[in-house]
Parts: sequence; structure tokens; C-alpha cells
Amino acid sequence: MARILEKRLLRQPDVFYFKVAAPLISKKAKAGQFVIVRLHEKGERIPLSLADIDPGAGTISLIVMAVGKTTNEMVLLKQGDDILDLCGPLGQPTHIESAGRVVLVGGGFGVAPLYPIARAFKAASNEVTVIMGARSKDLLIYEQEMQGVADTVIVTTDDGSKGAKGLVTDALTKDLGCRLPGLVICVGPAIMMKFVAEATKPFGVKTVVSLNPIMVDGTGMCGGCRVNVGGRSMFACVDGPEFDGHLVDWSVLMNRQKSYTAEEKESFEAWKKRHELMLGSAAPVCELKS
Amino acid sequence: MTDTAADQKRSAKKIVPRKTPIPEQDPKTRSRNFKEVSLGYSPELAMQEAERCLECSKPTCVSGCPVSVPIPRFIKLVKEGKFKEALDTIKEANLLPAVCGRVCPQEKQCEQRCIVGKKFDPVGIGRLERFAADWVMQHDLVDAPPVAPSTGKRVAIVGSGPAGLACAYELAKLGHGVTILEAFHEPGGVLLYGIPEFRLPKKIVSREIDLLKQMGVEISLNIVVGKLITVDEILEQYDACFVATGAGTPKFMGIEGEELNGVYSANEFLTRMNIMRAYLPEFDTPIRKGERVAVVGGGNVAMDSVRTALRLGASEGIIIYRRTEEDMPARREEVHHAKEEGVRFEVLAEPVRILGENGAVTEVECLHMELGEPDKSGRRSPRPIKGSEFRIPIDTVIMAIGTNANPLVPQSTKDLALHKWGYIVADERTGQTSRDRLFAGGDIVTGSATVISAMGAGRRAAQAMHEYLVGAPSK
Repeated sequence: MARILEKRLLRQPDVFYFKVAAPLISKKAKAGQFVIVRLHEKGERIPLSLADIDPGAGTISLIVMAVGKTTNEMVLLKQGDDILDLCGPLGQPTHIESAGRVVLVGGGFGVAPLYPIARAFKAASNEVTVIMGARSKDLLIYEQEMQGVADTVIVTTDDGSKGAKGLVTDALTKDLGCRLPGLVICVGPAIMMKFVAEATKPFGVKTVVSLNPIMVDGTGMCGGCRVNVGGRSMFACVDGPEFDGHLVDWSVLMNRQKSYTAEEKESFEAWKKRHELMLGSAAPVCELKS
Repeated sequence: MTDTAADQKRSAKKIVPRKTPIPEQDPKTRSRNFKEVSLGYSPELAMQEAERCLECSKPTCVSGCPVSVPIPRFIKLVKEGKFKEALDTIKEANLLPAVCGRVCPQEKQCEQRCIVGKKFDPVGIGRLERFAADWVMQHDLVDAPPVAPSTGKRVAIVGSGPAGLACAYELAKLGHGVTILEAFHEPGGVLLYGIPEFRLPKKIVSREIDLLKQMGVEISLNIVVGKLITVDEILEQYDACFVATGAGTPKFMGIEGEELNGVYSANEFLTRMNIMRAYLPEFDTPIRKGERVAVVGGGNVAMDSVRTALRLGASEGIIIYRRTEEDMPARREEVHHAKEEGVRFEVLAEPVRILGENGAVTEVECLHMELGEPDKSGRRSPRPIKGSEFRIPIDTVIMAIGTNANPLVPQSTKDLALHKWGYIVADERTGQTSRDRLFAGGDIVTGSATVISAMGAGRRAAQAMHEYLVGAPSK
């Protein structure tokens, strides 16, 4: 059991911030790792990236976007509630090295897990550039946090409502054209990571991506999270989640992420029906996006 | 009467040649539900089967049992209707009789060596073991064994599968403080996530675990050793540690199309079904309900997977195995049950690629095999027949071809000697690893084996750990 110490709406209407008491996990967790949560006796196990780690306070932070049944159930939890099962830290931490300049690229709520990564690279005396994008300015998260840790923060929006109009890849290509960094790390939706890896390839810059396939146990036991990297089948939970973006087979990842689209939709619809009364205007429900 | 005279008298009596049949659910009905296949003996049937035992003075069956259950002694008590006493006798050697009676490969162990079996069916030792355990459970007579006064020593056990549970049981009995660290959110290891409900009801596993808790064993869940805490840190906090993490990561064939949606490892398929209970609508974990399901492999895990797929609603379940049916490592009973339930057996066949459309499996292409020279295991090794390709239309493939060593503990423990394939080097008799105070046993040492052999390893390690602990200063 893990107590929710703080919960707040991070972005209208569906992205929430949770600070969770995890004294043991917070002492061991490193940037780039993840945890698995299970909310109740009949719940599934879902992996969530660490958006912050505070060993002093004994807490970890998680960012949840309500997209399906489990994430919608999670955002209905309140401060003071308990998460039934919290397991971690899992996966290999980000390899923190002295790379000179590091460019971190984040999209959507993938910016959150980049925050502890940014801090770790900064602490290892790197110059940190953050490129973060969203469809429009209201959808940006963690901008202030990133301003507080990075040397440079470049914001992009698809509609031009804040920062540069366009995609993160446009800003990234421009940045690489000016001055090559030692390393690029990208966390976000698979399609964005794919295009970031394609953008850096001509520049020959090492590019690390954090993959998010479907998982069950998160300890290397089930093999459900297998991804194809450099022609080899790897398990994202124990070999990753970070891999060389230039070697990832993106079509395999994106196809496997869709394994249960129909089942998830059905489960979400059934849940919504069962909870119709509960889901008043206060309950944020976001439709499943495939 | 001397033993020899007794033996002679007993062997002179008329032995019923066939095992007393065990009531089972009808194959047609059971292949569509998750209830237990075998219903178990009634007291009358059990006593009738026990009568077939010769009570040999030098019982060969016992030597076939990895934990040396005093078989003739317990069967004699069944014969006499003393079922509780029979179970107590089994429990001198075996913590989990309700489990072992159901899942042990008796035909390769105790029953293979049964003297009656030389001429007739062997005595149904496994069925009798199961009966005694079930009877005592049904009558609510289960009691925790006496626990010795506390030694003040503390032991950590990594993993709550059969090796970990057996080790915990023995050490707790001897008065040591035992904490089990389990990575999953429920204890039981392979007994829970691997073996399906219809072969091993989960309430049996949870009752056995409750017994350990009554004995004072603590179970900490969601603790991934190697990540949240390392073995080195455990050794700083505890007097000794036993690593029983199981075999771990699933093998795939490395053929084209294995990344398609609809290709599962047996571990994933069974985990979703068993510990996550994906077949029950009120549980959230999704599972693909395959219409035509192929399972690659010939072991118990393959049989469990294909029979689970049928119960999930598949119209056809197909076993693809590269050797012959006789070579299958699965328990005979499981092969027999699978056939009764209508599973199709494609033997002497090996998948060479999996074909798909829109990212999902549609067909598996196989080659016919023929048997060549015997290999190291003594079995004739299969080799492909050129040009014999054939395709089977399917929408789900489950790979049940074994596992590799899970890397979490081996990679995070300092100076731990490993075998070539990543399994932990441990003394066969004591479980002692290359590290002081660190023991290991079960599949993480031997690679994939059986529940009972893992329990045997846990029990032997407990004995060695006890000998070490009583002579060592407390932490």
C-alpha cells in the first residue's frame, strides 16, 4: 500500500500529478526508471514513469493521463487514498554521463519523466537544453520545473500559441544545425520518438529513447514488452526502457502497443456504464485514443 | 511376523491390476470451464486404492521421490481410514501434499518404481497423497506444525514459489525468523501465475501459504530483489539468505513473425490468465480470446496453455511439437487430458515462421521433422525434412519452449558464481553458493524443472542453513 500525499490537476482536463509515499523506492529509484501500480484487487498492473524522486522526503511523483479504465480510476483517487500495490523501481536507469551538452526532447506528458533526467545530467556538469512541445500552450506541462533546471528551454506548439510554431523535430533540427550536442534523449509518444530519431540520424548524434510497450510483471518474466532493437528481441522492462533510438523498429513497437485496443475499449465502456452515476461533472473522463 | 513374512503374505494376496479410476469432470464439459478436472477420490475409493499397496519393507517408491515421502507408511494409514495421521506422515517430508499430489510427474518418480507397477498399474500414490491432503482440508483439521523456540536468527527468502515456500517452512519449524520477499502482488510463484486453476485450484495454494503465516513466516509483497533491495543489502540485514527466484525469462524461437500481435510466451499467457485472472470479466487485465490457437512445445506448460486456450473459448487448440508424443516431457495425465479435451497434436513438426496480416497472426508455417541419432539427452534428435513446409491457419501462437535465467538477482549480486547460461552455481546437497551465508535452489539453479524438485532443493538448503545458523553468532 502506498499513500497518496498530494494530488493535483496538472493540465485540463485529464492530466494529474500524484506525490506518493514510497520511502524504500525513493531511496533506490534513479532517473529513467518506472514503477508498476495496481489499484485494487481486480485491477491490472500498469507501468508509470517516475516524474520525480525525493529520497529525503521519501516520495516519488507520478503523472497520469486518463485515457482508459485504469488511468481514469487512478485519477479518481484522492489525497489520503492508498494505491494497493506499488512495485519498483523497475528498468535500467538513464545512463548519466558527461556528454558536454545534452538535448532532452519531450512531448505531451512525456516531459514529466524528463525532469529527473534533466536534473541528473545537470548535476553531472552537462549543459542541458530542453525542447518541449504540445499541440497548444494549454497542453504544456512542467515548463516551470524545466526552466528551473535546464540551461535553455525551447517551447514549441503546433498552433503557435506559445514559443515556436511547429513540432519538436523542427526545433531540434534547427538546434542541431547550430551546435551538435553529445547526446539526445527523447521521451514521448512512440510516433514522436520515431521522428526525433529520424531527425538526429543525419547528424550522427547518439539518441536515446524511452520505450513504453505493454507490460505485465515488469521483471523480465512475461516477455510481453519485447521490442525489436538492432534486429534483436529485447525486453523493455529489464533491458530498457531506454534504447538506442536509431536501432528501434518503430513499426513493431507501435503495432504491439495496439494489441488490446479493442479489449481496452470494451472494458472502459463497461466501466463507464457501471459508474454512470459516479461520473458527474467532477470526474474527468477522457476517451481512449488509439 | 517378520518383515519378509509380511511381504510374502501381502504379495500373495490378489492385487487388483488396474488403478482405481479417479472421478473426473466430463471432457466436453470441463474443456469449457475452469473448475478442477480431477475431482479426487472419496474415502471409499482411496481406501480401495490403498489396498493395492504391498507395504514393501524396502520401498523402492520412496527412493523415487525427490523429498522421500514415507509412502508405504502413509498409504497404510489411508488403508486404515486414519486420514489425518496419513497426512501428518506425508508432512514429515512434504510441505505441500495437496499441490504435489496434483502436479508431480509421479509416473517418472515414485510410481515408476512401484513394485506393483512391474506387473500391473502402479499404486496411485499421487492420487492418495492428494486425497489425504484434501480430506484434512475439507474437514478443517489442518494444523500448523509445532514451531521450535525462537533462535533469534533471521533469514530472508527471495521468491515465494515452491523452493522458497519449502525452505521457509523448514526454517520456521526450526525456530528461525523467516521473511519471504515476493516481486508479485500475491505469493505463490509458479503455483499461482503458472499452473492453471483447473489443475491446481488457487485456494489450495493460498491455504498452504496461510499455514506458513500461522507459523510466523512474514511475506513482503511487491519487493523486486535486485532492484528495490540487493542480495548484498539483504545479507547486511539478515543472518542468511536463500535465493529461489525461479527460471525467469521466456524463450522465443527467433523466427520471423514472433513480434506479431497474437504471439505470446506461455509465461505471459498464463500470467494474464492465472494471477491476473483475465478470464473473469470483472478483472481488468486483457487477454486475446483466440479462435484457433497453436502452442509450441511438449511440456506441462504447453499442455496448460493449450487447455487454458480451449477454456477461454478457442474452437481449436493445437500442440506443435518437434519430437514424438512419447518424447513429450509433460506428465502423461496432462497429455491424456489434453487429448480427451480435443486438442490436436501436430508432432514431428517445427514452426519456421509466423505469418500475419495487419500486424496480427494469421498462419504458422511448419516443417515436418524426422528423428535422427540420439542426442546427449538420449532422445533421438529431430531434423527437418526439406521441402515439407505446411501451414496451419491460426490467430494465436503461444511459445512454451522453456525459459532462460532471470537476470535481476545474478546481475545485481557481487561475486556470485554463475553457470554459462546465467543460472546460479549452488551445491546440489546444501544450496550453498559462492557467497558466504547465501544459498540458492530451484529453477534459478537448475533451469526449468518440477515443483517437487524445487521443493526438495528448498528443503535441503533449509537444513544446511540451519546447521550454519545454529553455529553462527546472531546478526
